[in-house]
Amino acid sequence: MKKRVVSVLLAVIFTASIFAFAGCSSSKSSGDTIKVGFLGPLSGDVAIYGKSAQSGADLAVKEINDAGGINGKKIELVAYDSKGDQTEAINAYNRLRDQDEVVAVIGGVLSGETLAMKDIMVQDNMPVLTPTATAVDVTTDAPNVFRACFLDDYQGVAAANFATANLTAKTAAIMICKGNPYSEGVGAAFSTQFAANGGTVVDQESYSASDKDFSAQLTKIKELNPEVVFVPDYVQIVGPILQKAKELGITAKFVGADGWDGVQTEYADAAQGNYFTNHYAADSPSEKVQSFIKAYKAANDNKDPNSFSALGYDAVYTMSDAIKTAGSTESDAVVKALNNTNYAGVTGNLKFDAEGNPKDKEVTIIKIDGGQLKFETTIVNK
Amino acid sequence: MDKNKRKAYIINTISVVSLYLVFFILIQTKVMNKYFIGIAILTCIMIIMAMSLNIVAGFLGEMALGHAGFMAIGAYSSAYFSIALMDTGIALPNIVVLILAMIVGGIVTGLVGFLIGTPTLRLRGDYLGIVTIGFSEIIRIFFINFAPTGGAAGLKGITKLVTFNNVYWITIVIIILIFTFGRSKQGRAIISIREDEIASEAAGIPTTKYKVLAFTVSSFFAGMGGALYAHYQAFVEPSKFTFMFSIEMFVIVVLGGLGSLTGSIIAAIILTVLPEMLRGFAEYRLLVYSLALVVMMIFRPQGMLGRSEFSLTKFIDSLMLRKDMKNSIGGGEAQ
Repeated sequence: MKKRVVSVLLAVIFTASIFAFAGCSSSKSSGDTIKVGFLGPLSGDVAIYGKSAQSGADLAVKEINDAGGINGKKIELVAYDSKGDQTEAINAYNRLRDQDEVVAVIGGVLSGETLAMKDIMVQDNMPVLTPTATAVDVTTDAPNVFRACFLDDYQGVAAANFATANLTAKTAAIMICKGNPYSEGVGAAFSTQFAANGGTVVDQESYSASDKDFSAQLTKIKELNPEVVFVPDYVQIVGPILQKAKELGITAKFVGADGWDGVQTEYADAAQGNYFTNHYAADSPSEKVQSFIKAYKAANDNKDPNSFSALGYDAVYTMSDAIKTAGSTESDAVVKALNNTNYAGVTGNLKFDAEGNPKDKEVTIIKIDGGQLKFETTIVNK
Repeated sequence: MDKNKRKAYIINTISVVSLYLVFFILIQTKVMNKYFIGIAILTCIMIIMAMSLNIVAGFLGEMALGHAGFMAIGAYSSAYFSIALMDTGIALPNIVVLILAMIVGGIVTGLVGFLIGTPTLRLRGDYLGIVTIGFSEIIRIFFINFAPTGGAAGLKGITKLVTFNNVYWITIVIIILIFTFGRSKQGRAIISIREDEIASEAAGIPTTKYKVLAFTVSSFFAGMGGALYAHYQAFVEPSKFTFMFSIEMFVIVVLGGLGSLTGSIIAAIILTVLPEMLRGFAEYRLLVYSLALVVMMIFRPQGMLGRSEFSLTKFIDSLMLRKDMKNSIGGGEAQ
């Protein structure tokens, strides 16, 4: 009997909670705040990306509100967790639109979740600015979806331009990870641009994501002796490659893409003197970057911001600028304003092309020196 | 047809239709917006997934932890089929395309279930659990590397065919099919294997055949659920169908009661709606969700309904009976 009472009680609590929570969380957009949604993985394996972007976005919201808000109205950032899962992302987006009645969305953080939500977002004509989703399809056939980060191809082109112009390289070898769209995409873009710049790609080696030993590929590269080796991949693979290259005594400069971020901590020795493309540099002389880093550290227990935070920060500023210029929160007006955006942000100057991708955005080149990331230069692809 | 059966049919039909009307009115009057409709559709899909898993986990009493893999096969095969069908240019009504896609998804998944089930069902308990985990991981990794369905980037360009109206009725039909399967000769044979494999074998039941049958039917319906999922999301990515998703479905079945189909339905509704309603609490919602599971398992380890089924007819009867008793004895409590 006692057990039955407990189970009945549980059932009542379950049902009651459903209605109670449904009621309390549906506060509508009121007159003096502008609600902007944020979507990203805040829990699970990839939570680090969502959390980083969110902390950047939060900082921007705080700054904008302290400076008086948008046309006198405060911004309220409604952040929901997508868990990096498509179903969750769609539910969360539906909730942002129907329950919270947001006027614009910053997100998603990952390509997969953004692609899953894209169709509904286009139907709703919701102004969307994703800080970090790099998949090409995210903005195709979606006039209301924009992105703040440059595309994978774009940084491949920038790396090639850097290799020819700044490193005066005539020959290059490329190492790509087979089956990784990021690595393959950036590698192909580099290859095409380097050839177009008058250089010769002497060799293209590939490996798989689970490989641990790269001596075969690197020995071949050593024999061909190119001036530059381009390795667009993530730290956990780039590190061992650089180590092996050092053992073999390869003298070529290694160049990489934004996946290298973090290589300076564990592989400082092996990575010494090499370069990679990134969204921004912490020691950039730009005043905008320095004030962002200072504010970010103050707000986040002295933690260093990463590219995700910087892009989240820029995304909120871009969106708030667009709403300000539009003078209203109507979707059409905001989308139109976003199309005409010209915003000087932490990660460079942000303008959008017809697809909604950044146009002529600066790519920062970083040099690894003594375990530190040093700002080298910025490249704008023409 | 005997009188009780007819009465049960009438009561159930009335309740199903009136539930639909309630939803219909709520949607028409815009009380239920797209957000709630989305959750309702997802709940229907999870009901199908949980019920199909219950055939193996509940009726057959085996540990199957690879349901997400079967769902993935259903989702991918049906989506691939419907994209190809749309490309041929044959103009078919949406509902026909959806049903064809579901049948394709179901059959392909059923076949794979049959192929996997035949060798693996020689194992029991934990061993079978591990083997099914392995297979579902293989399926996921296969789709990550399989270029024709988009690989890791996912399959795009699926037409969104699922609406609340069609998913509601499809769910009702599948519920009826699984219920009748459970009560059929085959269903009873499967339950007898759960109760005592040696005794049922001695009674002349070909146990291996019925085990494989249960596994195949379960994966068939899982494939149908996967097909609905693909045509609701309009985008499928292999990263959705992880081991954790299989566990999520297993939790629904255990919480509802292993062997109780109505339990699965109720648990699927609660466990899909609850995390969504807790969204306002950000990080705490996962905590509340997990805590609810722990509390539930401590106080009711056999699940909400145990092995019994909730019957609307019996419920109404017991209400009537109580009233009658009160009238005749004069306010005496039943039991």
